[in-house]
Amino acid sequence: MKFITKGAFISSISRFLTSRWGPIITGIVVGVLAPVLVKLGNPGNMGVCVVCFNRDIAGALGLHRAGVVQYIRPEIIGFVLGALIAALLFREFKPRTGSAPLVRFLLGMFATFGALVFLGCPWRAYLRLAGGDWNAIFGILGLIAGIGLGIAFLRSGYSLGRSRPAPKAVGWVMPAIMVTLLVLLIVAPQFGRDAGGNPIGPIFFSTTGPGSQHAPLLIALVVGVFIGFLAQRSRFCTVGAVRDAILLRDSRLLYGVLALLVAAFVTNVILGQFHPGFEKQPIAHTDGWWNFGGMVLAGLAFTLAGGCPGRQLFLAGEGDADSGLFVIGMIVGAGFAHSYSTASSAAGPGVFGPFAVIVGMIVCVVLGFTMRESKG
Amino acid sequence: MNEIKTVDTRGLSCPQPAMLTRQAIQKLDNGTLEVLVDSGTARENVSRLAKNAGWAVTMEEQPEGSCRIVLKK
Repeated sequence: MKFITKGAFISSISRFLTSRWGPIITGIVVGVLAPVLVKLGNPGNMGVCVVCFNRDIAGALGLHRAGVVQYIRPEIIGFVLGALIAALLFREFKPRTGSAPLVRFLLGMFATFGALVFLGCPWRAYLRLAGGDWNAIFGILGLIAGIGLGIAFLRSGYSLGRSRPAPKAVGWVMPAIMVTLLVLLIVAPQFGRDAGGNPIGPIFFSTTGPGSQHAPLLIALVVGVFIGFLAQRSRFCTVGAVRDAILLRDSRLLYGVLALLVAAFVTNVILGQFHPGFEKQPIAHTDGWWNFGGMVLAGLAFTLAGGCPGRQLFLAGEGDADSGLFVIGMIVGAGFAHSYSTASSAAGPGVFGPFAVIVGMIVCVVLGFTMRESKG
Repeated sequence: MNEIKTVDTRGLSCPQPAMLTRQAIQKLDNGTLEVLVDSGTARENVSRLAKNAGWAVTMEEQPEGSCRIVLKK
């Protein structure tokens, strides 16, 4: 009897989250908790930013040496593990791979190049807007334009082809990587210091700048797991929201993003974190053209890969190794972005930022025209 | 005898399962359509889309873990 009650309870939660209310609830939870994470220590308007946080992880692992953006962000770990828990609980853990993995890796890299020119993924674009950073308007317009371009390719037959069921172990690789990151975050191994007294790694944590700003580890991890759990069930996707509304006339996911915007705005006002304007916004620059251009590339790359960076993490938690490789591509791409000065700073776009966006656009457009499902 | 058109979306990423179903029901207008899906997301998206377009939806679980969605109008 007790078992039946528990089962009925779990399935009623599942039904609710897969209904049209699921994305709205997820959006409200993200919209409230992200500004709270800022209050607890995360950088301004960066309660959750999948690209920025992957960039910080890349820095912590020594893939770039930009000393101000190095930290292993527990929210990312939580997103994957929360989605894993939900997928296991609701029998949706399905290890799979084989849908153009290498192309997905590239798309992850170029999406990150674009997002780091804007300074934020779609999640942070919405959170920046809800914090009063009007520069985000250009980023969001760019995002919509990039998604629109991706839709045109989808309509013309673009496809990365089919994934196939894979052995269980394949699905456990990304969760295992996330647990490893968690261990590295807690243990923070150090091999010593160089002659100048600087740490030589292998793990680097910022002592100044955005990388040094973070909410307490356990709180950030629990928030990440909670969001990961909800988002796996509700299929929350910040790129799918715009894509489905345009392509399928289906606004289920769009309501989730709108709920996020409203909830984050209200929470920011309550917490005294709403500061409207273009100038002096936290971790942002005022170059409208490249805020737009960077996000055109990001929006296109995310659409070609089937979802926003958060969604890629949740799919990786479900056992989708192709999404896992997209995430690895994001982390590697972030390493390149800071090593090769393509990432922006508060001063404006990096020296090679515009070049990276143009190269990324060329690659994505070529992929958009050429990737078709192979028959037979 | 009566041919049923099949849309096999197994293994495809979002939004292709829903997009291919939408194209098929727009072309078919009425009749019977079979859609094969292998993820919870695709199952929900395809059935929501079909219901909104006025099609009756029935689902049959397949032994290998995928799902056969039959659409009728």
